[in-house]
Amino acid sequence: MSDDATETGPERHWRTALAEGRILLQRARASGTVFFPPRLMEPRTGDADWDWIEASGMGTVHAVTVIYPKPPEPPRAVVLVDLDEQVRLMSEVEGIAAEDIAIGLRVRARIGERGGVPLLLFDVAA
Amino acid sequence: MGGQFPRGQTAIAGLATFGLGECPGWTTIEMAAKAGQLAVADAGMRMGEVDALFICLPDDILAGLSFAEYLGLSPRFTDCNRTGGSAFMSHVATAATMLAAGYIDTALIAYGANQRSGGGKLSTPVGSNAWEAPYRPLFPASSYALAASCHFHEFGTTRRQLAEVAVAARAWANTNPEAFAKGPLSIDDVLAARMLSSPISVKDCCLVTDGAAAIVMTRTDRARDCPAPPVPVLGAAAATWHNAISQMADLTTTAAAESGPRAYAMAGVGPDDVDVVQLYDAFTINTLLFLEDLGFCPKGEGGRFVENGAIGPGGRLPVNTNGGGLSCCHPGMYGLFTIVEAARQIRGTAANQIADVDVALAHGNGGALSSQATVILGSAATI
Repeated sequence: MSDDATETGPERHWRTALAEGRILLQRARASGTVFFPPRLMEPRTGDADWDWIEASGMGTVHAVTVIYPKPPEPPRAVVLVDLDEQVRLMSEVEGIAAEDIAIGLRVRARIGERGGVPLLLFDVAA
Repeated sequence: MGGQFPRGQTAIAGLATFGLGECPGWTTIEMAAKAGQLAVADAGMRMGEVDALFICLPDDILAGLSFAEYLGLSPRFTDCNRTGGSAFMSHVATAATMLAAGYIDTALIAYGANQRSGGGKLSTPVGSNAWEAPYRPLFPASSYALAASCHFHEFGTTRRQLAEVAVAARAWANTNPEAFAKGPLSIDDVLAARMLSSPISVKDCCLVTDGAAAIVMTRTDRARDCPAPPVPVLGAAAATWHNAISQMADLTTTAAAESGPRAYAMAGVGPDDVDVVQLYDAFTINTLLFLEDLGFCPKGEGGRFVENGAIGPGGRLPVNTNGGGLSCCHPGMYGLFTIVEAARQIRGTAANQIADVDVALAHGNGGALSSQATVILGSAATI
């Protein structure tokens, strides 16, 4: 990764890729550690020598909470997903009742959109 | 060289609370100033002797400057540290080291908020970051709920055990004249409460109240000349491992597992020496996590530890003896109130006074279990 100041910051790069249909992660060359959200350098080590990689999209629900808004708005779940690349992120799992989402559920990433903005979402893995 | 602390060289010489519960007609800075005035008077000092200010207010990110102006002081040092509700523990650490170094002579640490009279909802300039906000978690309740879901999954913790925390807090509050939420509260009441963000129900959440608190710190040799017994600061340590809940490495272990041992090492005490414990209970799960991370029970045992009223009146460990954020008061940021209650327990003036308190622990939490900070106070006999 060059230090060229004409490039955008890593976050803009990530969002541009998402809009193009790619889910990116960063992997430090020396340690092999994958990290997210996008950063200038590897957390802890400060190693700035890293590559963008594409996520497999597969993950596992690590934590789940069901939010109960005032009716008639239905309950909805917010999850933390551990991607197989060992990074954690917040998201939602669609196509399943909120209360049926359990820790350990295997999920697959999908790029959806809300309000015209691309958004990383998950479906139950087949 | 890191990790040094001037154990016992500084002390809380004055303390006060003001307007706990409902305090209509007062602004946040008026409340903080009133608590400050009372704390300075409690220390037998004049406001003009204060040469360092430590404050954060929910509605003013430059509160230190506003507070200096309001009081008409020109402090040697002004600190608006904002590590969430734990900021006040960091204020104590900074004040203690600066006092011991002779950089300042008299520190006033204050907080005030009119969250209940001013709207009745938690008012905070803080929210979810750009990676979490699109999924609309309730901030901050869903963050704590996600941590609780992991604790349930990994250790078999139950809603009934969380309810024990709320019930114990209410029992303490019921005999504290200052506490806002009073009246009977049973485990079944908590279990029947409206679910907010599972497994957190509305009865697992802290109150939204008004309230102000302040402490005055000075060097212990000077504090001995003040009207009330000095409350020496034995240790103060802060730790932060993440901000957003999605970046918390292990959702069942907080940075209290670092701040606690560092504070114990400074103080030369361990969990077995602590006579009374004040924990920032923004949600019931906090109390379990902090009891574990601060060494009062093994990791994962928090739920079983609190069963059968173990942390309530007459239990095995007195925790949150004022009623905590769950039932005493929670004006947006609660950390300073744990310090005041811990100091009152050392002085022997708490509403629910525990016998023979020599060591009291006050633990603050900020963000989404993000900032953890521990202060250990002692009696004169400990130094």
